[in-house]
Amino acid sequence: MKLDMAGSHYKEILTNGVWQQNTGLVVLLGLCPLLAVTGTVVNGLALGLATMLTLMMSNLAVSLLRGLLRPEIRIPAFVLIIASVVTVIDMLMHAFFYDLHRVLGIFIPLIVTNCAIIGRAEAFASRNNPGASLLDGFATGLGFCITLVSLGALRELFGRGTLLAGAELLGGEWALNLTLTIIPQHPGFLLAILPPGAFIGLALLIAARNAWEAGKSRTADAMGEKLPGPGSFQP
Amino acid sequence: MSHQLSPIVRSSLLLGLIALLGTALLSSIDHLTHDRILEQEQNRVLRQLNEIIPLHLYDNPLHEDVIEINDPEFFRHTDRVTVYRARSDSEAVALIMRLTAADGYNGDIRLLVGISAEGTIMGVRVLSHRETPGLGDPIESGKSDWIYGFEGTSMQNPGQRGWAVKKDGGEFDQFTGATISPRAVVTAVHRGLVYFDEHRQLLFNTKMNTTINDE
Repeated sequence: MKLDMAGSHYKEILTNGVWQQNTGLVVLLGLCPLLAVTGTVVNGLALGLATMLTLMMSNLAVSLLRGLLRPEIRIPAFVLIIASVVTVIDMLMHAFFYDLHRVLGIFIPLIVTNCAIIGRAEAFASRNNPGASLLDGFATGLGFCITLVSLGALRELFGRGTLLAGAELLGGEWALNLTLTIIPQHPGFLLAILPPGAFIGLALLIAARNAWEAGKSRTADAMGEKLPGPGSFQP
Repeated sequence: MSHQLSPIVRSSLLLGLIALLGTALLSSIDHLTHDRILEQEQNRVLRQLNEIIPLHLYDNPLHEDVIEINDPEFFRHTDRVTVYRARSDSEAVALIMRLTAADGYNGDIRLLVGISAEGTIMGVRVLSHRETPGLGDPIESGKSDWIYGFEGTSMQNPGQRGWAVKKDGGEFDQFTGATISPRAVVTAVHRGLVYFDEHRQLLFNTKMNTTINDE
């Protein structure tokens, strides 16, 4: 029984992070890097993974220290922890994924300013055990990463007709052949690559998610009650 | 014991401890990655230089045989121009200037301009720029072949008048919807070529790691 409870708790953390409270599509935090780097799938994936790693590490550290942190110093402590984690990731990427680091440039150090990270530290990690906090960081990061990759795919496909261009930046030489040319001789659709394309693409993704949720609740309503009662009237 | 300390002292100590741990972590990671980052940077520079002057043409450490030119008046930019010099059996083969064009559509365009000892352009590459994607960015070698059009040109070919984009009566193509970016590149390359033409001996004979100042 207890195991079951724990299992459903973890499942809830996962669905919350990835879908119900998706950082990019529902909470709408961290939009600056989201909009800026999603010109291609690979850029989106790389920033998504770096953000995910940051979330997991900072959540873990905050959760381990949660017994010691008095409320009045928690914010500076979070900032210190997050800044350290991000700087470490920045240095490691600089050393081992040099070209990718050049492409993502300022957006790696700027992960520090992603409100989603301090948000999860405050709302979740400072109140939960390390295991759950690590999972929450993973789930939130995964949700963010999926959003980045979807938006990157959308923009890359419409903007250049390819997918996974520049995969060798992330995977090395062997990934050179991963690039898929979906639309050969694509003339290039500037709007998708330029910043407006990021806003329009994100809006489309949010709309798609909302439509999906609305569809689900309509089906649920239809199955629940045939006639709408007075209570369910919505102006 | 901690419960005897005032909350302020306790909090300060704790924050100090976190800062200390963070610093320790950062300095150890920095220690681990520092050399590798430098090496990667150097490799990248070499890779770019070798794209312009192929390895088999020279036998000296190209990225170490470096001088700087400090002549903001001539180059219209406060950045110093870095010059990499390639030699074979101590004979001058070619050099590469890293110079900056300040008059791009959106700020600085950093260029590598390779010039052979005879004064022919061996190649030009854009190192960094912030031109509009899709309009100005065909100056990049990955985006179009435009930048290869400089290869083989020199002071005499196409001559003083020809060193401009077609819109200004020159020989070099501009792009649809973008004249400023290619114009900036053409002007900067020509500037480098003129400097080379006037200071050829000085450029190759100046001692390594020194700076040529404007007279």
